[in-house]
Amino acid sequence: MIEFTNWDLLRNLLLATRWTIALSLTAFIGGALVGLLLTAMRLSGRRPLQWLVRGYVEVFQGTPLLMQLFLVFFGLSLLGLDISAWSAAAFALTFFTSAFLTEIWRGCIDTLPKGQWEASRCLGLSFQQTLGRVILPQAIRVALAPTVGFSVQVIKGTALASIIGFVELTKAGTMLNNATFEPFKIFAMVALIYFALCYPLSLASQRLEKKFNGAR
Amino acid sequence: MLNFSDLLPYSHLLLQGLWVTVVLTLYATLGGVAIGTACAAGRHYGGKALRGVIGGYVELIRNTPFIVQLFFIFFGLPAIGIKLTAWEAGLLAMLINLGAYSTEIIRAGLAATPKAQVEAARVLGLNPRQVFFRVVLIPAFEKIYPALTSQCIIVMLGSAVVSQISVMDLTYAANLIQSRNFRSFEAYLVVAAIYLLFAILMRQVFEWIGRRVFRHRRKAS
Amino acid sequence: MALVNIDQVHKYYGDLHVLKGVDLKINAGEVVSIIGRSGSGKSTLLRCMNGLEAYQEGAIIVDNKEVSSDEKQVRLLARSVGMVFQSFNLFPHLTVGENIMLAPKLVLKLSSKEARELALDKLTKVGLAEKIDEYPDCLSGGQQQRVAIARALAMSPKVLLCDEITSALDPELVGEVLRVLEQLAADGMTLILVTHEMNFARDVGDRVVFMHQGKVWESGPAKAVFAQPSTPELQSFISAVL
Repeated sequence: MIEFTNWDLLRNLLLATRWTIALSLTAFIGGALVGLLLTAMRLSGRRPLQWLVRGYVEVFQGTPLLMQLFLVFFGLSLLGLDISAWSAAAFALTFFTSAFLTEIWRGCIDTLPKGQWEASRCLGLSFQQTLGRVILPQAIRVALAPTVGFSVQVIKGTALASIIGFVELTKAGTMLNNATFEPFKIFAMVALIYFALCYPLSLASQRLEKKFNGAR
Repeated sequence: MLNFSDLLPYSHLLLQGLWVTVVLTLYATLGGVAIGTACAAGRHYGGKALRGVIGGYVELIRNTPFIVQLFFIFFGLPAIGIKLTAWEAGLLAMLINLGAYSTEIIRAGLAATPKAQVEAARVLGLNPRQVFFRVVLIPAFEKIYPALTSQCIIVMLGSAVVSQISVMDLTYAANLIQSRNFRSFEAYLVVAAIYLLFAILMRQVFEWIGRRVFRHRRKAS
Repeated sequence: MALVNIDQVHKYYGDLHVLKGVDLKINAGEVVSIIGRSGSGKSTLLRCMNGLEAYQEGAIIVDNKEVSSDEKQVRLLARSVGMVFQSFNLFPHLTVGENIMLAPKLVLKLSSKEARELALDKLTKVGLAEKIDEYPDCLSGGQQQRVAIARALAMSPKVLLCDEITSALDPELVGEVLRVLEQLAADGMTLILVTHEMNFARDVGDRVVFMHQGKVWESGPAKAVFAQPSTPELQSFISAVL
């Protein structure tokens, strides 16, 4: 058995945290882009596209993230693609994130009064103009707080990548635990690092919520 | 290419796993909402110290991954003399997790109850306990019921992770099956579909209960 | 001793001096209307009479009980003082009957059967017996307010406080609520109303109390006060609202 000082433990965990952050950023940015596309499809007014988006959201919100990870991981290798744990996790988390963001943003757009659409139409604005100049500027203000809030769920979601063998914070924790047999200390440290990542975002989300709710 | 017939011999494993997931979800929902109600009341009415402790609990749980909470309970607690079976650890993690989220949700409901309702109950002579249980609680639950429903479903889906500490739930069954027949994609696809159906069913059951408990909504419309 | 004794009551909200030494005595069976501009302290005074608001100086004694905002005292006073609010405040998750039965069952420890009979009796008084199993959401505002009156009456109070109980109603629904009050007055119920219904105050009320700047500015028999207001403040108030 190798001796680890507390500092060794923390240093190793923090090194692995870089991968948690990288995976979170990838999934969040990827998810936001896919989510934008899905939101546009939903607003397009074409029925088949809207159903497609609804089904997509329903499936990703109605199944465990762990299943989504497994299905991407094993599904792509079934197609003959040799896929790394990193890519599988990045894809699965991107899909997961996009579904939730799409649903959050739909809620934000729905809270805008219908009169906004009608008033714009009466002024002769096209659909694109209405969306770009009237709806989105308002919706973004409302959407900011829950979107930032959801980033916390993304970070926490990356912990599941450990199960398919991707070495990020949680996986590093289990590996260190196997080497040192100090689970209480190690998992407490892991939890605190996650907390340090997530809590500022939670606070920011609450601040934004107060700010924009107060402004309305 | 896909072959589902190899799953058939293992359907009893799936059923057993599903049963474990259902039971865990049922206990976690009942217990978690009870914890949430008590903590929300404490945070709404309690003194500064109590509010601080509950706030710390809620934020700690909401800002760490469920799997880390689970590992801490299952692997970490025995180090300080608290030994739990995998099943107990899984349930405890779910209870603590849902308890924290529902605290926050229910507190929002309590805060949204008009002060005038409380005044009306007080001038009729009800004591604080009666005011809380008879007048404040039910309308508060009604306001946050959809959010609470979603959170219970999220915790059910999150429970897939308890398979990692060898709780023999639905996901554990899938792991077992794919290790025997090497049909991993098919096994996880079927299990994902079962989770999806269970989530839809759960929503239906919650709505059915809601219609019964919050009767006036239906009659009014 | 009068039923309601208010003696040199002062109330502050922080630095704001809301009630500046109010004196008022109200006898059993009287119908007293408290009128005045918004901000004159009339609703605050009413809410002090059953402990919903604390006051800092002076004394209020109702039905020989000292009024304070202490939790226990508010509960004790609930047996003597009923209150009806501007916004009805019926409990939305309970039926009309359950709304009325709640306090008699929990506080007076009546059986379900006794409480239901009581509820039916009070509902009959306000003309809504057939609504006993409906939910408040299904009723009009005027009906909801009549139920709120029945709910208050079910505790057999000695005095009923009415805080602008017609202000939230559509104009065509005001009449049905005022008729219930008239009936209560005719039955000898002690009523203290904060109200904007000047015709009601003049025609049904025994006495009018005009509040101004946190004080009882002028008071007297209803008809006389309206016919011959003696202070310029009341004169201008009456000419503004009538």
